[in-house]
Amino acid sequence: MVTQVTSFSRNGLSDFIVQRVTAYVLAAYTVVLLGFILTAGGMTYDIWREFFNQTWMQVFTLLALLSTCAHAWVGMWTIGTDYIREHYFGESADAFRLVYQVGCVLALACYIIWGVQILWGS
Amino acid sequence: MEISVYRYDPEKDKAPYTQAFEVDMPDGRDLMVLDVLELIKEIDPTVSYRRSCREGVCGSDGVNMNGKNGLACITPISDVAKRGKLSIKPLPGLPVIRDLVVDMEQFYDSYKKIQPYLINKDMPPEQERLQSPEEREKLDGLYECILCACCSTACPSFWWNPDKFIGPSGLLQAYRFLADSRDTATEERLANLEDPFSVFRCRGIMNCVNVCPKGLNPTRAIGHIRNMLLKRAV
Repeated sequence: MVTQVTSFSRNGLSDFIVQRVTAYVLAAYTVVLLGFILTAGGMTYDIWREFFNQTWMQVFTLLALLSTCAHAWVGMWTIGTDYIREHYFGESADAFRLVYQVGCVLALACYIIWGVQILWGS
Repeated sequence: MEISVYRYDPEKDKAPYTQAFEVDMPDGRDLMVLDVLELIKEIDPTVSYRRSCREGVCGSDGVNMNGKNGLACITPISDVAKRGKLSIKPLPGLPVIRDLVVDMEQFYDSYKKIQPYLINKDMPPEQERLQSPEEREKLDGLYECILCACCSTACPSFWWNPDKFIGPSGLLQAYRFLADSRDTATEERLANLEDPFSVFRCRGIMNCVNVCPKGLNPTRAIGHIRNMLLKRAV
C-alpha cells in the first residue's frame, strides 16, 4: 500500500503545479544556454567562466538546478510508486521502494550542494 | 476464421491458456465479435463470458480483442481481425474469475469513491430541479458512460494503482456531477480529488479515448477537473 507521505508536497495539485512551473524554468534555461552557445563566438574556458561569473546567470543556474531536482523528485516518485509494487517485487517491494526513494533524495541533494559549490566556489 | 480465446478456470487450471477455435462465418457475413463468441459456445459450452443487451447499452461484454478493449456486441469482426485471426482476452488489469469474466469490484470501488449521485443540500422543489438547456448541454459527453470498464482497464495508471487512481471512467463520472448545475457538493467533491493519486496519476496518454465504445473523452473531463482544482487553489 502506497501513501502520499513521501510525495513532493503531499498534494497532487501542488506537485502538478511544481512540475509545470519547473518545466518552464528549465525550458527558459535551455533557451538561454543554447542562445549563449550559438552567439558566444567560440567556446573557451574564459568565455564560459565569464558567462557563469555573472550574478544573474548564477542565480538562474541555481534556480534551474533546484527546478531540476523538484521536477525530478515528482517524476521519480511517480515512477517508483507505479512500478515498484508487490506484483513485481513480492514482499520486498516496500523496502525496495524506500531504498529507491532515499537514493533519489540523496542523489538530488548531492546535485544541489555540488551545484552551489561549482557556482560559488573558488 | 481462427479465433483464440483466453481460458482460465481457477478451480481446474493451474495457469491460464489459449484455446483456438475454427469458426465458419455463415454466408461469409461480417459478424459482431459477440456473435462469434455465441458460435464458439455452441462448439464448447464451457467458454464463459458476460453478455446481456447485445446492442452496446448494458456494457456487460467488454473484452480485449486483438489487443484493443471494446464491446464484443458492437465490434464487427472485420474491424479487429488481422490476417484472418482474432484473439479474445478478458479486460486487462482486473482479476479473472473465469475465461473472459473479470472481477469488477475494484472498478466499482473507484466509481463509489466519486459519489456518483446528485448531492443538493437545498430543499427540494415541489416538482423537479430545473436546468436551462445550456446547463443541461454541459452534461453531454459525460452522462452516456455505461461503465463497461473498457477505458479504465486500458489505462496503465489504473493497472498500477487501481486502489488509488480513480481511473478514466470514474473521473468522467466525477466531472459529470461537478459540471451539473443542480449539484451543490462541488467543494467537497474537489477536496476528495486533489491528492497525488485520484486525478493526478493520469498522464494523458489517451488510451481511454482510443477504446471508449461510446466515443466519450475521459481525458478531456480529467483536464476540466484539473482546471477546476487549479482555479480553486490559486
